[in-house]
Formats: sequence, structure tokens, C-alpha cells
Amino acid sequence: MRFDTGGSPHIRGDHRVSRMMLKVLLALLPAVAVHVWLFGWGIVVQLLWASLVAVALEAAMLRLRQRPIRPFLSDLSAVVTAWLLVLSLPPLLPWWASLTGIFFAIVMAKHLYGGLGYNPFNPAMVGFVVLLVAFPREVTSWLMPAGLGGWQPDLWQAAQVIFTGQLPAGLQWDTVSEATPLDLLRQGVQQQLMMDEIRQNPAFGTLGGRGWEWLAAAYALGGLWLVQQRVADWRVPAGVLAAILLLSGPAWAFWPETNPNPLAHLFQGGLMLGAFFIATDPVSGSTTPRGRLLFGFGVGLLVLLIRRWGAFPDGVAFAVLLMNLAVPWIDRYTRPRVFGHGDPS
Amino acid sequence: MPDAPLQCSQPPAHRFHGGLVLQHHKADSKVDVLLPVPLPEELVLPLQQHMGQPARPVVEVGQRVLKGQLLATPEGEFSAAVHAPTSGTIVALERRPMPEPSALPGRCFILRPDGLDLWAELPEPLHCERARPEELIERVQQSGIVGLGGAVFPAHFKLRHHKQPIHTVILNGAECEPFITCDETLMHLEAEAIIKGAELLLKMLGAEQAIIAIEDPMADVCTAFEQAFRKVSAPSVSVRKVPTIYPEGGEKQLIKVLTGLEVPSGGYPGDLGILCHNVATAWTIHQAVTRGRPVVDRIVTVTGKGVAEPGNYRVPLGCSIGHVVAAAGGYTPQARRLVMGGPMMGVALPEDNLPVVKATNCILVLGEDEIRDPAPVLPCIRCGECARACPQQLLPQELYWHARAENTEKLVAYDLFDCIECGCCAYVCPSHLPLVDYYRHGKSLVRAEQMAERKAELARQRHEAREARLAAEKAAREARRKQKAEALKNKGSDAVREAVQRAKARKQESD
Repeated sequence: MRFDTGGSPHIRGDHRVSRMMLKVLLALLPAVAVHVWLFGWGIVVQLLWASLVAVALEAAMLRLRQRPIRPFLSDLSAVVTAWLLVLSLPPLLPWWASLTGIFFAIVMAKHLYGGLGYNPFNPAMVGFVVLLVAFPREVTSWLMPAGLGGWQPDLWQAAQVIFTGQLPAGLQWDTVSEATPLDLLRQGVQQQLMMDEIRQNPAFGTLGGRGWEWLAAAYALGGLWLVQQRVADWRVPAGVLAAILLLSGPAWAFWPETNPNPLAHLFQGGLMLGAFFIATDPVSGSTTPRGRLLFGFGVGLLVLLIRRWGAFPDGVAFAVLLMNLAVPWIDRYTRPRVFGHGDPS
Repeated sequence: MPDAPLQCSQPPAHRFHGGLVLQHHKADSKVDVLLPVPLPEELVLPLQQHMGQPARPVVEVGQRVLKGQLLATPEGEFSAAVHAPTSGTIVALERRPMPEPSALPGRCFILRPDGLDLWAELPEPLHCERARPEELIERVQQSGIVGLGGAVFPAHFKLRHHKQPIHTVILNGAECEPFITCDETLMHLEAEAIIKGAELLLKMLGAEQAIIAIEDPMADVCTAFEQAFRKVSAPSVSVRKVPTIYPEGGEKQLIKVLTGLEVPSGGYPGDLGILCHNVATAWTIHQAVTRGRPVVDRIVTVTGKGVAEPGNYRVPLGCSIGHVVAAAGGYTPQARRLVMGGPMMGVALPEDNLPVVKATNCILVLGEDEIRDPAPVLPCIRCGECARACPQQLLPQELYWHARAENTEKLVAYDLFDCIECGCCAYVCPSHLPLVDYYRHGKSLVRAEQMAERKAELARQRHEAREARLAAEKAAREARRKQKAEALKNKGSDAVREAVQRAKARKQESD
């Protein structure tokens, strides 16, 4: 009798790339729910639109690159990229802007570098930065969150705004949109205001921005689940959070009038999204255990620097991309001690 | 020994990095009975069933041999003897396919059993206490004993050659691969002889203590040892349970768990004063010393969905695998892949008409749904699951890139040769990359390169030697020529005069 052969091991575990990606999507759902509560149904329209565009572009690129389409589409990585990008953008962003962002994420940042596993830069953040530079006004027009008397469009209204650019009758952009708490903070600092004065603004809540802090908490919740599921390595978010707390803590302790408290840093802007979902992208991040801690720490450090002295209110995207640059170097110098080499103790 | 059985439940003090908790499948094969396998029509006995030099034949084709008779003697120190598993006639000494991935042929004795199973006159039993250590090791060498855990390293070689004096002997009963239960069966049935074998090893090595390592779930084995310790007094032998984490049965990992020490890279346990032997090897040594019985058979776990009656079988060496499976009720319709060894590190065999050898601890026939998913391979996403699982603390994801790029310099720099090919990385890879295949390929590339370098070095030396020789010859020729010319110049006139005189004399004679 003859048998088929193959190298060992002959059995294998049930890990799948597609399952990891699916878990990332699931972990984002609490934040999506909070998003809907704060800003209406725009995000749902964006997620659907972005997924559609991402899958179409992914399929087209696979075809052009003569790669098998089904296995690569079913890995869900394009959908994850699309969701992460859209969640970083205002919910009523025009359809062509999200399309452009996804084009740069999927086509330029991912496939032109060789597709899944080969992109040196986080695709979602590449897309975001391109939009931030190309369409700064659109990308910074956030709605006022619920609780501040903002407007929460329903599904139909949101789709109309996104695809036609027309607000429903009687509404003006000026009345429904508002500067984000990070913008306010930045403006305040530029006007040499004290922290207490800045935080007088009703847009600030207990920790971060009013409403926004719940969004951050939802990201953290989903992110912790990802860590527990071992889809995300705990070291990356731990590095980010450690950097924020350890570096902004002393500054706040010594000069509380001019520095936001560390928790405000954590719960503002895209930090939680970045720490748990974006910096944890394994492809463009460090791959060694110590390297991941260092990568996360670097992201946290850069976020603080950009928020304090940079030209943009939030710095997660730039921080991640800059750390992506440093990955080969980090990986090289953080190799673990191999069994039987050196001193085991 | 009141304390020895207690040691059975002592938790281990140390752990190793990574590893996997795998589905056991141990219950598939029963461990409380040892089933027989009838003698086949012919036995195929490779001259090389061990690591090292093939053995040298000492019987003729056509000769009648008895069970336990020496057929081939070790060729040098790093080799092992081969004995007749039953009585019968040697009908051929020819090349037959061997149980390895490509079934490449190797030289084998073909023995036709006569069915009488008559024992040859065996060497006298040695006295466990009075025999000298070297006498005991000599007996191990004569009996063809090799590491029966699957590595088939000649046992006497390990006993004689170690850098440091041995203080601790570890008997490996931690069968960490799923499905395999041959050692568990042996410990279940022969606990007392294994303890005595451990004492023999202590004596041979002048070591202080022996630790028999068993896995956590082997409760029956623990009981068997407790009972055995009531009968034999062996104060320096203890039994220790270790948690079931694959690849704990790997020598390096087992030593780490039991002692906290790491075998240095590229080194051997002997460098730490530790020696590891499989429990089956210890038992076989005990048989060889007390009964003069050489290795003529071994326990083989026959299991997997592809086998009708899984179990542990006592198999005469040289039986074909197909014959053994037939004794185990034959194949089931699910049978798809035939593996010699365990599912993680075993070797897939292309056919079953291959002999059972000393390394065959398990015949595993995996079913369609048990073998690894042929799902399409995706690119590496650097998730690092492999590094998390690697018991050697390597970075499999980096090794993969360098193996793919065939970058041998980087492969060496990332310590490819510390890879034990346990398969943990490939098992957990979400992209289904056949990582171990890449590492084997990488290792062969590096080896080929080193061989080429050695060859080039040799060729360079040969070339230089030749140049030197030619130059020397030329110089010698030149010297001779000069000498001749010199001689001609000095004696030239005389020689001419003599010749002229000779010619004149001849002329006068003729006139």
C-alpha cells in the first residue's frame, strides 16, 4: 500500500489568519456601537462603503498581480484595514474621500509592496495621512457628540450626507460640527491658557473629551479582549500606555497648569484605537517580544511629542508610521537569548 | 525509599520557553497489555539501524542462524551490532528500501525464519554488583543497544564518551508526542526492571542519582513504580512527574525542567555531567546484563484512525510495517498517511513494505481529517505565534525569511542549528507555512556550503602541494642536469680520448 508523504509536523493547530482578522473586527464592535450612540449612523454607512471598496480594490489588485483571489480575499485583512481607516475618520466624510484613503491604503501601501505580509507601513495609517494632508478640512470636521446637543443622523440621512454632500434642510455644518477636544486643547495651549481654563469648555468630560472618553473606553475594552485572545500581543499596548503614563505623568505632576493629565492623554483622540488596534498590526510592527514593547513605547513617546509640539492635534498615525520605519533596526537589536546560549539566569 | 514514591507528585521547579499543549490521543492505544505479532515470511535487517557507521556482516548468505546470534558487528566505536531476531536461514545480503522519507535502499540481511524461534547460546549473565563498569559497558556494546526513543544513538558511545564526569542519569519516560505509548506500556509492565536498569547505568557511570521522568497524566505508571519501589531498594533512583507540554520529552527541554540547566548550544548533556537515556534503553540494558539478551525486538505503538486495532505490540525487528499493521487488524478506509514516529516529528513513509527497525517506536496511520490541513499557504504576517511556541527561543519568523532567501550567513547568525525541528512553529502558524521544511532545507544549504568550503580548502591545499612538488621536481631535474653538464665538462676530454683509443684499437685488430 502506498501513502502520501510530507514533512513533519503531520498535524496542525486551528490557527487561521482569517480567524485572527475576524476577531479584530469583532473587537471593534463595542466601539462602533458607542460611535453610533455619539455620532449617529454615519460610521455604519462608512464601514459598509469602505468594506465594499476595500474588497473590490483588493480583488482587482490580486487579479492584476496574478495571485489567487479567494484565499487572499477570505483572509479579511482588507476589511480590517478599511475599518481601521474609517474609524479614524469623521463619520460624515464624503464618499470620495474615504475611497481615496482606501485606495492609498490597499493599492499603494499594501499591494504595491507585495500584498499581505509584505507592507512595511501600516496601510490604514498611510491612507489616513494621505487624507489628512490632501483634505485637511474634511478630515477634521467631526460632529458634535451626543450629550453636547449634537446631531445624530439616522442611516438614511447619513448616507445622503456622505454620498451627496447635502445636509438635511435646516442644518448647517457650523452648527453640527465642532472642534474635537484635542483641537481645543491645542488652541488653548497656543493661546497660553492654563489647563483649568481650557477644561472649562463643556467639550471636556471627566477623563478626555465628553463622549469621546466612552469611545476610548470601548476601544480599550475590545483591545483587552484581543489581547486575551492572543490576537494582539500585550506588549504593544503596554508599551504605548507605559510611555504615555511614565512620560506625561511627571510633566503633569510638576506643571499641572500647562500639561494635561496622563489619563486625559489616554482617553483623547485616537490613542486607545492606536494602542490596541493599529500599533498591534504584526506585519508592519516589530516581531520580537522586547521589540514589541519598545515599538509600543516609541509610539507613545512620539504621540506625546506630536501632540505637544507637532503641527497636528493628534499624532497616532505619524507615530505609528515613524515607528514602522524603525522596525528593522528594533528587530535586529532585540533578539531573544536562544536556548543554550549565554547565561540562562 | 519511603520518599521515592512521594517524589512522583512533586511539581517541577523549572519550565522551558514555549511548547504546546497538544491533544493526547494516548487512550487510543492500550498500555496494559503487550500484543504479539506473528513471525512473517521474511525479516529484513538493515546493517544500519543506528546513528554512525553501518555494522560489518559476520555471517554468510545461506548460513543458518539462531535467535540472538550476532549477524553484524559494530564497525568501530560509533556503530552498533545487529542480531538475528529469530532462528532461520540468511537468504540474502542485498539492498532494500529503508524506512526513511524517500525509502532509499540500504544493505540488509534477509532472514527466512524457520518457525522454531530457537535461541542461540547467549553470553553469561553479569552480576549487577560485582561486574566492573567497563565490563557492563562492553556488554551494552555487544548487545546492539541504541537509544530506543527514536534517535538510535549507540548507547555504549554515550556511556564512554562525555566531557564531564556524570553525576545524574535521567531516564526519559516523558513521551511527549501525541499517540505514542510504547514507553508508558513498558513502564507499566516493567517498572522494577527499569529501576534496576537505572542502577546499572549509575554503576557504569559512577553517577550519584538517577531520575525517571514521567508525564503528569501517567497515574498508572506512578502506581507501578510505587509498587516496584516496595520490592527493590534503590535509594538513588527517584521518579519525577513533569507537566505534559510538548516537546518536554526532548532531551534539552527535559533537562531544563528537571534541573534548570541548559545544554550549551552545540553541546551534549554530558557537558553538564548529565546523561539522558530512554526508559526502554534502560530496560534493554538490564535485559542484556542479567540475561545476556541482545536487541531482537522492540515495543511499537501501532495507532491512529487508519488502524483497526490500535495497541502496543512486541515486534521482532525486521518485520515489514505492513505485516505489523495487518497484525493490528489492518488499515481502516480512512488510512491516508503512514508515519514512523509521532505526528510532530515522525517521518512520513511512502509505502509500508519497509522493515521495523530499532528506531520504530510508533507506527502511526493518520486519517484524512487528522493530517494537516492542505489549506492554501498564506504569506507570513509576522504574528510571532511561532516565536511564542519555540522551545529553543528562536525567532522562527526571521529564520523563515532567511531560509526563503537562502541567505546562509543570516541563517547561521539566527542560530538555525539550534532548531530541534520539533514542529511547534509550523503547528501554530496561522498562515500554514511548512516552516520545518524550510529549516531542513536551510540546514542542508548551510551544510552544503560548509562542505564546499572544506572541499575548496582541500583543493587549494592539494593545488599548493602539487605546485610545490612540481617545483621541487623541476629543481631536482635542473640540479641533475647541471651535475651532468659539470661532469661532462670536467671529464669530457678523458672520455673522448678513451673512445678514440678504443676505436683505434679496434681498427688495429681488424687490420
